[in-house]
Amino acid sequence: MTLSTDNILTGHSAALDFAQPEPLDLTSGKYVKLWQGPQHPGITGNMSLELILEGDTIVDCKTHVGYLHRGFEKLMERRTFIQNFTVVCRIAVPEPTFNEYLYSHAVETISGIEIPERAIWLRTMNLELMRLASFLMWIGGMSGAFGQYTVPNWTIAYRDFVLDLFEEMTGARIYHMYIVPGGVRAGLPDGFRKRARDIMDGAEKMLDQVERVMFNNVVFKARSKGLGIITADMIDPYGIVGPNARACGFKRDLRKDEPYLAYDQLDFDVITGSDSDAYDRAYLRLQETRQCINLIRQCLDHTPTDGPFQADMPNVLHWKVPAGETYVKAECTRGEYGYYMVTDGSEFVRRVHVRGPSYTHAIAVMERLAVGNNIADIAGLMVSLHNYPPEVER
Amino acid sequence: MSLKDLLSPFFVWQRAFEKPYTTIRPTLDRPGAPAYRGFHINIAETCVGCGSCHEICQNQAIDMVAVDEFVGRDGDSGLRPRFDYGRCCWCGLCVDICTAASLRMSNEYSWIADNPNEFHFTAGVDETPWQDNELGYRRAEGYHLYPPKRIEMELLPAEESVKSFDEVTLGYDIEQAKKEADRCVECGICVATCPAHMDVPDYIHSIRDGDYEKGLKLMYRTNPFPGTCGRICTRKCESVCPVGILGEPVAIRWLKRFIVDQVDKKDYKRILDEQIENSDFKVAIIGAGPGGLSAAYYLRQQGHAVTVFEEHESGGGMLRYGVPSYRLPDAELDKDIDHIISIGVDVKYNTRIGKDIQFETLLEDYDAVFMSTGLSVPSSMRIHGEDHARVLSGLQVLADVASGRDPGIGKKVAVIGGGNVAMDAARVSRRFGADVTILYRRRISEMPADEEEIHESQEEGCTLIQKAIPVEILDADSPEQVAIKWGEAEMVDDPKGGRPRPVLREDRMHTETYDCIISAIGQSSNLDYLSKELQEQMAVEWGKFTPVEYQHTTLDKVFVGGDFANRTADAISAIEDGHHAARGINRFLNPDLYINAEQQHDI
Repeated sequence: MTLSTDNILTGHSAALDFAQPEPLDLTSGKYVKLWQGPQHPGITGNMSLELILEGDTIVDCKTHVGYLHRGFEKLMERRTFIQNFTVVCRIAVPEPTFNEYLYSHAVETISGIEIPERAIWLRTMNLELMRLASFLMWIGGMSGAFGQYTVPNWTIAYRDFVLDLFEEMTGARIYHMYIVPGGVRAGLPDGFRKRARDIMDGAEKMLDQVERVMFNNVVFKARSKGLGIITADMIDPYGIVGPNARACGFKRDLRKDEPYLAYDQLDFDVITGSDSDAYDRAYLRLQETRQCINLIRQCLDHTPTDGPFQADMPNVLHWKVPAGETYVKAECTRGEYGYYMVTDGSEFVRRVHVRGPSYTHAIAVMERLAVGNNIADIAGLMVSLHNYPPEVER
Repeated sequence: MSLKDLLSPFFVWQRAFEKPYTTIRPTLDRPGAPAYRGFHINIAETCVGCGSCHEICQNQAIDMVAVDEFVGRDGDSGLRPRFDYGRCCWCGLCVDICTAASLRMSNEYSWIADNPNEFHFTAGVDETPWQDNELGYRRAEGYHLYPPKRIEMELLPAEESVKSFDEVTLGYDIEQAKKEADRCVECGICVATCPAHMDVPDYIHSIRDGDYEKGLKLMYRTNPFPGTCGRICTRKCESVCPVGILGEPVAIRWLKRFIVDQVDKKDYKRILDEQIENSDFKVAIIGAGPGGLSAAYYLRQQGHAVTVFEEHESGGGMLRYGVPSYRLPDAELDKDIDHIISIGVDVKYNTRIGKDIQFETLLEDYDAVFMSTGLSVPSSMRIHGEDHARVLSGLQVLADVASGRDPGIGKKVAVIGGGNVAMDAARVSRRFGADVTILYRRRISEMPADEEEIHESQEEGCTLIQKAIPVEILDADSPEQVAIKWGEAEMVDDPKGGRPRPVLREDRMHTETYDCIISAIGQSSNLDYLSKELQEQMAVEWGKFTPVEYQHTTLDKVFVGGDFANRTADAISAIEDGHHAARGINRFLNPDLYINAEQQHDI
């Protein structure tokens, strides 16, 4: 599907009308202003929506972030290159590994370090396990946002089994700190592949049940179909990426378009949808979760059992990375995740800019899609965009 | 919407009969994974307190604190890491960088205490229930945060080196030196171990920065012989370098040499720029060896008029007459000595105290005297026939070679001894084309010589016979030859726990004829310039001094240093003795300046 530039230029779509709307007369008694978040179970993480309602219908939405700002980009300028890899994982709590990979990859790109084959495969497997864990948690969230509390119990439990795998592989469940500049920190423990395959088999069965209970569900369908449609002409002006873009037919996936790590050696297709509403985005993610399991199995088959997993490194205690700049990117669960890094030849990084997909999805897209919807569907809409506020605030 | 969509969700009831996923806490404990990054374990015995964990911790959760038990241990800072669990993020970088592999993590992850101060603890010293935990995070094999292997210095191939007196070690180039300098973890244990307390991490840092002039300045603060020590130092620093615990120690000696190699001799004056204000004091120094010249350098810096008396025609002492030029080329030694002399040190060569000038005259004419005449008399083997004309001393052979005289060793030589002098004598003999056999009474592993000297002498074709005890020197058929009778030894353990003793086996005797036998089993001092009374006053025992504070003898005005006043008898200790004596003499001359010891500024 290609994008019609006519639409963008002439602004036919309502979503592309960027003119300031007429200010609402809040004293008229017609409207109610309501804050959803930052402490609200229907909000993904710590952010809030300032909603103006007319009856049950939203007429205006403003997104507010900043509740989670910890200044990671600035913190990194005061830490050495090795110390930073323990910081970056905190930028996106449910998906730390992508930050670890991109940070390490950026440092390696600037300093010209080539990582060994085994590290490439271990990193790929680690990223796919992360994607699986993240998707499992998201499915639970999506289901919960529509008032169904059974499915979250199943998926979060399986996410925990994936975290068990992480615990074995990396030594930690959430902040793995496994992908380190130069490679990874260890190989696979004994018996890991068998246990991983067992969990993959179980997860696959569980996903079938999820499909039966959550997706073949009259309530879920009724509430999510037609909710928050992202039209094709919004994709580029808004910078929408990942499953949100794929759900409306855009075949865009960095793993295929610009393969990194071992993705050019893995067998998979880019999954696309067509309806681009909350249901379609959810269903697409369910399919990607299955694809993810498949990719993990391929990684389990292909990851070399021996050989080095770390490139020859200088002494990290006074490691100076040559001056340079780079932008590196990877496909995380929500789309293109990018790191822009500038170094000045010292022991510290000069500037890092982290650009996560939630930046547009959670702020601009959410504001636009919320208008006209029922207040009860806002939580579901928000989850369907798959946002992680910490990566907005870095 | 279909009927199926309405019914399908009721499938959930099927799961009501399945076992729950959850673990029943707290009745059932779930242990962490085998490689879980849990609470810290430190094997305090193995730890050397290098502080790399403290250095790498991005949360500053680790402090290095002194632990009495380990303070003063050799090659140990006496510090141990203290963890603050209010700050720790369990990244495990401390475990990864640990040079001794003493730091690790258990797979324990639950710790309850009612006193929050308990979460601030010294792992391995304060008692923790997980200290002996077998599981938990360890650094994986093949994962390093600093290069464990050193950059090998290029050597002249043995077949070439044995033909000439050219220097065997070829030096680092800039890239090699930077790579090697990069391996340093800057713990400073070397500084504490070095007899002269050189600023090793700092001058290595200057190599990484490419600032060799700064490196040179740093070295001259504690050692006016960097070029010499950069080649032949006994490098106690490297033996304690924590990088060497799991890998190879940083090549501190070669890096020191590298800095000196990078700086031209004519720039020394400009770089070091000693500001000297003349004082009214005169100091006499006996012996222009490393100890004497080191004292002269630091005393001259304080403005005193320094006169050095040397019996030979050039300075350097054992460095010149005892160390062959393939290890220490004369030009490099001169580079160091010339700078010392250039700041205004007066050296009187060919002047022997006791013959040309009496010691008592010095005592009268000068405000202080520093003696550093070293060990110059070869020790006796105490066996019959030792005075045979074809039995030479190692020292004599080396001195002859250094002065350009023919040592007259012949073509088949036996060297007795296992120290550096023995190795040097053997290797020098090889260079004169002799067939060399080294006889040593103990095992090779117990030889006091440098490991690389032993290795290189074998590379160059010396035959090394261990556990061989000389029994008797016999006349050979020709007066140009000499025979030696030696017996094989058996190592007998010392019941008191000392090192094993070689015991002669009477049934295993050998007799062999050589052109000469070089005896190199040790040296003692020559104190004939001191009268009996003076020796008694200074409590000389077995030709050795036991100086008190600041190298002072019990005699007013007289300070000593060097081989006859310390146990290690190596160049770096002599240099430190000289430096230390210079401090002492300065205090002695200016007592008012040092009313309070803490006011003492470093000279």
